[in-house]
Amino acid sequence: MQNRKFQEHFVAPIEETPVVAVDKLDESQKARSTWDDAWDSMRRRPSFWISSALIVLIVTVAAFPGLFTSVSPNLGCELANSNGAPTAGHPLGFTRQGCDVYARIIFGTQASVTVGLIATLLVTISGIIVGSLAGYYGGFLDAFVSRVGDIFFAIPTVLGAIVLMSVIPERTPLTVAFVLAVFAWPQIARIMRGAVLSASNSDYVTASTALGVSKFKILLRHVVPNSIAPVIVVATISLGTFIVAEATLSFLGIGLPPTVMSWGNDIAQAQTSIRTNPQVLLLPSAALSITVLSFLMLGDVVRDALDPAARARR
Amino acid sequence: MTQILNENQSETIDTSETPLLQIRNLEVGFRTQRGLVPAVRGVDLTLYAGQSLAIVGESGSGKTTTAQAIIDLLPGTGSVTGGEILFEGRDLTKLPAKEIQDVRGRLIGYVPQDPMSNLNPVWNIGFQVEEAIKANGIAQGKEARLRAIQVLQEAGLSDASERLKQYPHQFSGGMRQRVLIGIGLSARPKLLIADEPTSALDVTVQRQILDHLGTLTRDYGTSVLFITHDLGLAAERAEQLVVMYRGKIVESGSSQEILANPQHPYTQRLVSAAPSLASRRIQSAKHADAAAPAIFSGDSLDATLIARAAEREQAAPDKPLISVQNVSKTYRIRQQGFKYNELKAVNGVSFGVQRGTTTAIVGESGSGKSTVAKLILQLESITSGKIEFDGQDVAALKGADLLKFRRRVQPVFQDPYGSLDPQYSVGNTIAEPLLAHKVGTAKERQARVLELLDQVSLPASTRYRYPSELSGGQRQRIAVARALALKPDVLVLDEAVSALDVLVQGQILNLLTELQTELGLTYLFITHDLAVVRLIADNVCVMKKGEIIEAATTDEVFDNPRETYTQDLLAAIPGGNFVFGR
Repeated sequence: MQNRKFQEHFVAPIEETPVVAVDKLDESQKARSTWDDAWDSMRRRPSFWISSALIVLIVTVAAFPGLFTSVSPNLGCELANSNGAPTAGHPLGFTRQGCDVYARIIFGTQASVTVGLIATLLVTISGIIVGSLAGYYGGFLDAFVSRVGDIFFAIPTVLGAIVLMSVIPERTPLTVAFVLAVFAWPQIARIMRGAVLSASNSDYVTASTALGVSKFKILLRHVVPNSIAPVIVVATISLGTFIVAEATLSFLGIGLPPTVMSWGNDIAQAQTSIRTNPQVLLLPSAALSITVLSFLMLGDVVRDALDPAARARR
Repeated sequence: MTQILNENQSETIDTSETPLLQIRNLEVGFRTQRGLVPAVRGVDLTLYAGQSLAIVGESGSGKTTTAQAIIDLLPGTGSVTGGEILFEGRDLTKLPAKEIQDVRGRLIGYVPQDPMSNLNPVWNIGFQVEEAIKANGIAQGKEARLRAIQVLQEAGLSDASERLKQYPHQFSGGMRQRVLIGIGLSARPKLLIADEPTSALDVTVQRQILDHLGTLTRDYGTSVLFITHDLGLAAERAEQLVVMYRGKIVESGSSQEILANPQHPYTQRLVSAAPSLASRRIQSAKHADAAAPAIFSGDSLDATLIARAAEREQAAPDKPLISVQNVSKTYRIRQQGFKYNELKAVNGVSFGVQRGTTTAIVGESGSGKSTVAKLILQLESITSGKIEFDGQDVAALKGADLLKFRRRVQPVFQDPYGSLDPQYSVGNTIAEPLLAHKVGTAKERQARVLELLDQVSLPASTRYRYPSELSGGQRQRIAVARALALKPDVLVLDEAVSALDVLVQGQILNLLTELQTELGLTYLFITHDLAVVRLIADNVCVMKKGEIIEAATTDEVFDNPRETYTQDLLAAIPGGNFVFGR
């Protein structure tokens, strides 16, 4: 032991690292749930505030279009104003029919946002129910639901919607939303099924079983709340795509009827004046893009906040 | 102490040499949302060629971070914020990325902690070893393949040439760790960093691996830097010891000296909590004549212990509370096509558990011990045999009777990170069993939650917190509180303290002992860790390949193990026979 390579026995001064109680609970920080953490991470991102401000604005416009314009979008159309330049009270000029472009955009918001919200709601609710039952109970139910989902998955949404819309007698924002939902639910159901499968294998589910909690209650109380985050992310993003899909259908003439004001209809009608009066086409398109982009942006922020792996990478 | 150590010491080289590795005042910090959090605060250490050094500390003490800083493998948000790391006189913290790459692998080898996740599952073993050999420029082409075989043979895989084409999932944990050691040593590095190289392995495998590592590094004159939480391992395998606590070194020097005579209060605490074969069963402070709720090491209390044991025996009724009679469990494993293979996970197991006592079931991974726990908890069905609880056949229970059984027999699981729902606050988690069994009103349930938190020594404000804010030990205490909510008779603890640091483990074991005395609980303790068994159990069943090969009182098994397997298990405990200074 006389080897000089051995270092001497070093003991740190006790004041430097005072010994604290073993495994003491740190009570200095506020209690936080995973949702608090997600909120905290979203709060710090400018894109969250930009996108939510835009979304609040868009939803307000959709709910109370009268607040933003006093001009009636249809009644005040005078052919004398056809393709007219902006004037006082009509900041964005006139369409070929002599209608106020600004008023039409404002009133068109309602149809687009309604379709987007209702379709997302339908898809999310049905997807969560179907996906969680299939993933949790497995067996025949799972096989059946998954195969049916595959069939719908194989049909392109817009193509399927074209076929379905052409047989529906009355076309309203509600029916358009319903038709879009019919073809879009398998995506959410699949995501939910996967999340439920992994959550139902976790130890806390076994623990609850051993505590005597019934199987269905475990699904409701533990499995679903722990599987819902990815669904929320996809739902936020798909809201934007539903608005685009509605515009596409309306553009093709099989979405909302021309009597219902919507951006898709306006874009379709503006085709003819693209050379003479391009803003009639560009302005509703811009409104559509801004709406869709703000939902996509929000979806992005939500995904980063709910996915801890993505958060750690930043 | 062991032979290895003495042989190492005899290889005295001239004393004027410069150290192989010298760390001066190293500071490492992690960037978080709340600013820079220091993880390592001014660490100094010196390692000479041919020496072995162990860094010991609890999780979060900065030991792994220090090791990662040496070879520039800190995770993305971490960075060295001060100090220097001199390796053969070169400061590694200032080297450009290209030169660090050259040092990594060729001069400093690294054996990572988890053999299960550190081999790439899509490449075969041969490819991965060759990759390391080629990357370090040791050999190319055909020669690399031959070298790979040699490396694996040296790492203890005798049939290496046939196994090159196999994939990681075809290897057991111990074999994978050998592959990783082989890769780490493939370039004959001057320094090998082994980060918890064996914590995921069974004790007997651990001993083989450590022996082998010792032989290899001695043959090549490689210095070894162990990162471990296991004091016994450090005492047995390293000449030098560095104890880290909250990012700082609190004590360093010769390992034997430190362990025999710890000076810093933290080291003293660590040493006194380290379970070893010399430990005795923890006694509850609430027992009239016990002096302190500490873990006793010596022979001082033998008299009281014998008295206590006699007392327990007297108190025990004739009929066991749980009686397991010739129970088997067979799983059908699907083969290709419609064929099935039968796997006997549990084979003709019989034992009894007396009320108010602790029975430990010990075994290595795959011995069927956890399956026994699941059978008793009725989470799996019994293939043959019979389990009786308080005179009732457990398998026949249905509906309300099963619910009543679940109230009386509660589990505590191994993984404190997985067994609590992350979306549930602690209060809701503990109240869940009360709610499921419709016990009391909302107000009464709240009162019970507070009472339970107090029993597991957590402040009342814990009930608003979420599992992600708690440490592993705190989560495990919550799991115990949840299990106690329905005032059960039996707790089935499946590896309940295995994932915890020594000090926290000691704390939980003390807590369990006190609760047992206070509430008259019966424990069934499933574990792979014999040293823990010594601290908590009255009776032991040793399992191997689905069968109980030895069952007796704890003292009997530890003092006079009958089976060679039990003897091997006992001998494999690292530092098991080392006498710690208390």
